[in-house]
Amino acid sequence: MRKCSIEKLYSAFSELSSTMQIYLPVSNEEGKANYEKWTEGKLWSEALNTERSAKDFFFPQTEDLMKFKTEGKNIEIIDIRSEKEDFVIFGARACDVRSFDILDRVFLTDPVDSFYKARRDKGVIVSTACSRPAETCFCKAFGIDASEPCGDVTTWRVNDEVYFKSNTEKGDAFMKKIEKFTEECDEEKVDEQKAKIKKIIDKLPLSDLDTSDFGGGKTAEFFNSPLWAEMSSTCLGCGTCTFVCPTCQCYDIKEFNTGKEVIRYRCWDSCMYSEFTRMAHGNNRLTQTERFRQRFMHKLVYYPENNDGIFGCVGCGRCLSKCPISMNIVKVMKKLGGNE
Amino acid sequence: MQQITRDLLIEKASAFLEKENNSCVIGWRKGEFDYDITPYVFDNKEDLEKYFVWNDFCGANVSKYLINKTQKYDKTLVFLKPCDTYSFNQLLTEHRFSRDKVYAIGIPCEGMANVNKVKAIAGEGIEKIEFLPEGLKVTNLYGDEPAVIAYTDVLAERCLNCKSKAHVAYDELIGEDGSVISSNRFDEVERLEKMTPDERFAFWQKELSKCIRCNACRDVCPACSCEKCVFDNPASGVENKAPASSMEEKMFHIIRAFHVAGRCTDCGECSRVCPQGIPLHLLNRKFIKDINEFYGEYQAGAVEGSRAPLVDYTEGDIEPYEIFDRGDK
Amino acid sequence: MQMNEYKPLIVAFCCNWCSYAGADLAGNNRLNYPADVKIIRVPCSCRVNPMFILRAFQRGADGVILCGCHPGDCHYTSGNYYTRRRMALLFSMLDYLGIERERTRVEWVSAAEGAKFAATMNEFVEKVASLGKNKRLEDLRCSK
Repeated sequence: MRKCSIEKLYSAFSELSSTMQIYLPVSNEEGKANYEKWTEGKLWSEALNTERSAKDFFFPQTEDLMKFKTEGKNIEIIDIRSEKEDFVIFGARACDVRSFDILDRVFLTDPVDSFYKARRDKGVIVSTACSRPAETCFCKAFGIDASEPCGDVTTWRVNDEVYFKSNTEKGDAFMKKIEKFTEECDEEKVDEQKAKIKKIIDKLPLSDLDTSDFGGGKTAEFFNSPLWAEMSSTCLGCGTCTFVCPTCQCYDIKEFNTGKEVIRYRCWDSCMYSEFTRMAHGNNRLTQTERFRQRFMHKLVYYPENNDGIFGCVGCGRCLSKCPISMNIVKVMKKLGGNE
Repeated sequence: MQQITRDLLIEKASAFLEKENNSCVIGWRKGEFDYDITPYVFDNKEDLEKYFVWNDFCGANVSKYLINKTQKYDKTLVFLKPCDTYSFNQLLTEHRFSRDKVYAIGIPCEGMANVNKVKAIAGEGIEKIEFLPEGLKVTNLYGDEPAVIAYTDVLAERCLNCKSKAHVAYDELIGEDGSVISSNRFDEVERLEKMTPDERFAFWQKELSKCIRCNACRDVCPACSCEKCVFDNPASGVENKAPASSMEEKMFHIIRAFHVAGRCTDCGECSRVCPQGIPLHLLNRKFIKDINEFYGEYQAGAVEGSRAPLVDYTEGDIEPYEIFDRGDK
Repeated sequence: MQMNEYKPLIVAFCCNWCSYAGADLAGNNRLNYPADVKIIRVPCSCRVNPMFILRAFQRGADGVILCGCHPGDCHYTSGNYYTRRRMALLFSMLDYLGIERERTRVEWVSAAEGAKFAATMNEFVEKVASLGKNKRLEDLRCSK
């Protein structure tokens, strides 16, 4: 384990930024954090979670795939993929780090998504423990330990010092790069911090959320439940939950005619939208109830069914604080599981 | 703090459900915490007793739900705060639901709290919120001293600039009716108008670039009640699910506000629901302010059946090339 | 003129019953106006949805002008009265967002006013040329 002061961390950033981009949570005037590219003077926010999740780094909201140009009767197809640069996601929380595993299972299994992979290969994930988990957090329910997140490097922020632990080869390489700014240390302070965090986690109102009712093979049990209609009766059908979610991975492929060429691009899609998976005959989920059901069945039943029982939710709590009508996965799980 | 009690509303709602067949009550349901209230359709007394809630976080305007619910239920009871009654009237004006299927109870409102403001003051990790006469008592999970925050410090922007405590439509009213208030709601619009074009452009560029195109502003809006929105229609040429360029963000927000111009009652739901905190109401208010100045004072929803300014005209209307010269004359 | 090689792209929405014929008359009378004005014929100025104007800018227009019948002369009795209200509000909104006021314009031009049509276009093109390229409402994908 190594450590350095926050001051030294910024010096390390200063040197690192010449060879790789560093992204870290930065607070705005209202105290809300979002990832920003680090430049001299930007401060690492202590806010619990960023407003937008970290999935943007590997799976951006819009991404151009290719271009077409026509001249006479010829169509030219232009490959616009380019070599990606190394970058660091610094200060990702445990939930967001787990979300990358969930996305990996979608994008890195055959057929591999080369756009996703290109970014994933170049990104180093430096996670940080949550010193103050909030009431909306329920990562514990999905087996995530907020006091010791995964990632290439794990960090703990204790007062004015940052403690580092490398977990992977990528992490070792990163630690080597900032070696001269850090010093060797024991784990005493970190253990203290971990114990403190665990105590808060035990107090969180949603930490004991029961997931045992859900998982693969439960489709028949829940699909025709009359509760879906009740729970979705006031759902607006907006895409907020899906767009702030770190694990929602649906996208649409669209084309835009610029007048000179056609750009084929993909953008996030939302199962809440009336145009989601629209086919020749129209949409196969005609009402908001069916769309609402799709989202939660996907996270709680379909995804685990295809992915060794792993749930498609990481308990980051963004949908809890952002949904316009405050309807969310926790309420759904409690209601369906009969634990209301 | 709200003056009327939950019990009183439950009593009214229960009596209604008992009396009317195939009926429902649109109200608010308690959440996991003390602030995450869900607008909800109650169809039985047990749920009402258990889950109905009325407190300072019941900001959601439930009038839009009448469009769907009146098609499903024979009779619907709806609780309306003063600003909700304007949306109610506007929907009626546009024939979006049938009046005889609805029983509207007007309820007084002391202004609603914005939970983001509470969190900005008290921090994250809210364990409990108590509603005391002097303010909200917020206890956190970390064992810190509970904070007591005055209601005025956490009032939603729309409530700080409340335009009316009067109910413009109801079948029954609880408590005494208030009156229309002269608010300062256009101050912020004026502040922007006084900026230079470069400053205004920078302001909106910064705000609108936050948009994630979740469409929550549109979907919550009681005036946005089209069966199929132009932005969802693949044949329209402007349909998109993502803000693919800064132009598309601007186009979406200009058109969203334009499509409700003259029909927007300024209920402020668009800004309340925006997950990115964009002050969308400033676009809508600009249209309201312009309409007032160009065509005379008009409050959408104030009078049922009134003709919206954009489907009306006079022969002497101001010319588009005159609008910027008004100050000089 | 060699200094200013930039030529603005102007989209003119013209009502079929008046200004479109006005443009025709300007042509018949050999009145000059820049070829950078692209005319789109519409059945009435009222047909022009605010979105048309924004989309014209998106697709590379530097200025958009809308020409209709003089108030009171609408072929459909009242279409241009609605246009007048809509455009007043739209232009005011564009200004509110910090977009140059001079890039948009409404002008009433009858079928008999060929000279006015040419003069209006000349004046508008000159004005927009002085503003330079539309940067604030451009779609970077289209302008590359």
